[in-house]
Amino acid sequence: MNYKSREKVIAHSIFILGSLIVLYPFFSILFLALSEPGKRISGFTVPSGIYFDNFIKAWTDGGFSNGLFNSFVVVFGVVSITIFCSTLAAYAFEKLNVFGVTPLFALLLIGLVLPYESIVISLYYTMKSYNLSNTYWSLILPQIGLSIPFSIFWLRASFKAIPKSLSESAMIEGAGRLTILIKILLPQMIPAILTLTVLLFMWTWNEFLLALIMIQDAEMRTAPLALSYFAGNKRYGDPAITAAAAIWVALPVLIIYIFLQRRFISGMVTGAVKE
Amino acid sequence: MSTKNIYRPQSKTDYSTYLFILPAFIFYIIFVFFPLADTFLNSFTQWNGISEKKWVGLDQYINNLQNKKITSSIKHSFILIIFYSFLPIVIGLLIAGIMIRVKINGMATYRAILFLPQILSMIVVGIAWRWIYAPKGPLNSGLDFFGLEDVSRAWLGSFDYALPFVGLIGTWVMFGFTMILFIAGVQKIPTELYDAAKVDGAGAISEFFNVTLPNLKGEIVVALVFTVTLALRNFDLIYITTGGGPGTSTMIPSMFIYKKAFQMNQVGSASSLGIMLTLLIFTLVSLILIIFRDKK
Repeated sequence: MNYKSREKVIAHSIFILGSLIVLYPFFSILFLALSEPGKRISGFTVPSGIYFDNFIKAWTDGGFSNGLFNSFVVVFGVVSITIFCSTLAAYAFEKLNVFGVTPLFALLLIGLVLPYESIVISLYYTMKSYNLSNTYWSLILPQIGLSIPFSIFWLRASFKAIPKSLSESAMIEGAGRLTILIKILLPQMIPAILTLTVLLFMWTWNEFLLALIMIQDAEMRTAPLALSYFAGNKRYGDPAITAAAAIWVALPVLIIYIFLQRRFISGMVTGAVKE
Repeated sequence: MSTKNIYRPQSKTDYSTYLFILPAFIFYIIFVFFPLADTFLNSFTQWNGISEKKWVGLDQYINNLQNKKITSSIKHSFILIIFYSFLPIVIGLLIAGIMIRVKINGMATYRAILFLPQILSMIVVGIAWRWIYAPKGPLNSGLDFFGLEDVSRAWLGSFDYALPFVGLIGTWVMFGFTMILFIAGVQKIPTELYDAAKVDGAGAISEFFNVTLPNLKGEIVVALVFTVTLALRNFDLIYITTGGGPGTSTMIPSMFIYKKAFQMNQVGSASSLGIMLTLLIFTLVSLILIIFRDKK
């Protein structure tokens, strides 16, 4: 074995070991969820067959059809409005003259590291006073606000990458600012906007604390919130049904991840580095 | 900026530009900035959420700092930083150091798998690990299998083990991210730097400290900021795995904020703790940025 191929074997072994460590908990609850209902399985036994009963029971008992639907509504609201507002703002910051960019950016920077914990209390009382708690709006509006700083920074970096000459020649020809944005710049921005959409989808889907505080009605719960109630109530009940419920909640993001994993990874890695 | 004015000399101060940024800032100001300011004001009051607010100055802050349960919850957060931040960064750096010039097939698949914990809801992650640590879960079954029945226990129900075992979940969530980040960073380092180090007779260890580490500074800062803020917030995972227990052995500030504000009706006290947590995060992030700032 020469030097190069020994190096490769070591590299593969490290990656395989790392992958096994990452995948073990997934397979562990997948086996648990697929096990025969009612039968106690210990963590070390291989299931005797594949049963989908736990998945069906979790779906009907946990109200996950509601939960998944609610989550989709919230995600749709947050992602569409955030992208719309952030694209306009990022365009103005990068391609138009905005006076006072520095203080405005400093203001946005606060939102980039701000913990949810510091604003949810006040949000709760504000929403309650406007009779908005327990509604989709109580989840959508704050998450737009919190998603906007990252989105503006992310989109602005992408606008920056578009050569100035493109928009300037259109400007000389007398095209308006909105026309330039829609006709010339947006087509170039599609990959960046798609990546941002995927990231915002994931963050909004997984958000938990805000939903825990705002939502009281069982029918209004988002998927992760429904899961936490389900797991909490059944803490000493059947772990197999809880495992199946967890898989239901993870499934939408997992499916998108399988198809768009490059966008997830490059978005989070380069998005973080750019800042 | 000045080049743009050449084409549009008539618009020296074109206020209509602000219409573009207005919608984004309306959302941001109303739903992030105002609540933050409101929390700040509430932190100087005694308030149960219903009756009149009573101005108490800095009392809530002083009470929090004198409350042993709260100071120990901050200590727990720092212990969690070891697991969420320090361990994944050390693991990531060591592996990146080994992978300097290795080009292997299947990298995209490994990357996709290692990144997986990042995309999942912490509630899902917590449920998976609750099962692994359960009295009859895989970890204990494994220990029994190897004849270590005496070692096995309800890990998350133990005063001594609950905190480090929650911490290990954080290590599991983060180590793939740091690995990917650092390996990507290492591959951008020009090979000439390594060749030069070889010529100077540097061994693998001095190569790591003199070439790899300094050139990964940007990535290390990113990893530190990302993991430290998660370790300090961390609400979802604690809520679903231990709820702060047993006793207060895994209590962290964000869990106290939730309990005080929504179960104990101590809104003023919860607000001051929220401001303290925010200040702590801002301070640590600034420290990281200052320490690692480019001195060029």
